[in-house]
Amino acid sequence: MSQAIIGRKIGMTSVFTENGESVPVTVIEAPDNVITQIKTVETDGYEAVQIGYGARKEKKTTKALKGHFEKSGTEPKIRLNEFNNLLEGAEAGDSFSASDLFSEGERVDVIGTSKGKGFQGVVKRHGFAGVGGATHGQHNRDRAPGSIGAASTPSRVFKGMKMGGRMGGERVTVQNIEIVRIVADKNLVLVRGAVPGPNKGIVAIRKRITTLPVVEEND
Amino acid sequence: MSTELVNLIEAAQLRDDIPEFSAGDTVNVHVRVVEGEKERIQQFQGVVIGRQGSGSKKTFTVRKISNGVGVERIFPVNSPRIAKLEVIRHGKVRRAKLYYLRELRGKAARIQERRVDK
Repeated sequence: MSQAIIGRKIGMTSVFTENGESVPVTVIEAPDNVITQIKTVETDGYEAVQIGYGARKEKKTTKALKGHFEKSGTEPKIRLNEFNNLLEGAEAGDSFSASDLFSEGERVDVIGTSKGKGFQGVVKRHGFAGVGGATHGQHNRDRAPGSIGAASTPSRVFKGMKMGGRMGGERVTVQNIEIVRIVADKNLVLVRGAVPGPNKGIVAIRKRITTLPVVEEND
Repeated sequence: MSTELVNLIEAAQLRDDIPEFSAGDTVNVHVRVVEGEKERIQQFQGVVIGRQGSGSKKTFTVRKISNGVGVERIFPVNSPRIAKLEVIRHGKVRRAKLYYLRELRGKAARIQERRVDK
């Protein structure tokens, strides 16, 4: 068994709890994942389990990958990820489902690739407040970054200076969100709130890694 | 395919015991209110001034005048907290959203009744 399962974000909706509360949820479709490789300290230098999700077309599978999948006796998969191995005795080729791993009410982390935002300015990208006010004859400075450094000393802009540029399209983890419901027969997992990435984007649901205290909810 | 699965989730939430109603109708909403251990029914009667959303996220806004103050409540149509919904009167209106009622008081805020063939 693995620490996580890979699935696909389907979309958002809301469901009602037993006491009539409306809860916003993201629907994630996570069909059974297959263990494609067990990594051990002896062979790989570290412990991990590699899991695969979704069918990959034969035509689109390279020979190298074919060999890899043959070794574990699994069909070619579209996505492979490594996670910590939680259970002794699991073997390559074994499959597991979301309900094997998680239960309703459990808190998990969801990992995805955020939506690409293109080239964005500092206000959106880094949360800058812009320069100056809207009145008193000011113009053009509403969303400007302001100073990016001093003049002759140091005569350069420091590395890592927050400026405009490509935003989004990166790995984002949402931590400690609740599994509201698991629909086992349709392989659906409903988690509370939003999840990174577009609909149809591939996401992983992982056991919560933080030990944050769960905040008691006021009823 | 994606929307199918979302619809599937939503279909299980939908209620079929809520009568049809639209903006301009006067409705009486019986709301389940939980106070500590006890549960009781509270009624909220007023004019529907708009409906919004689709599927399980569908909501409607009810406006009434309480002690001379306008009060609006937004209910999810499919909420299990709605014990019962009665349509008291159908209204004849030409808009889907009756936000103009917020500016009107008393006689001016009346809505003509619409005859419905049963």
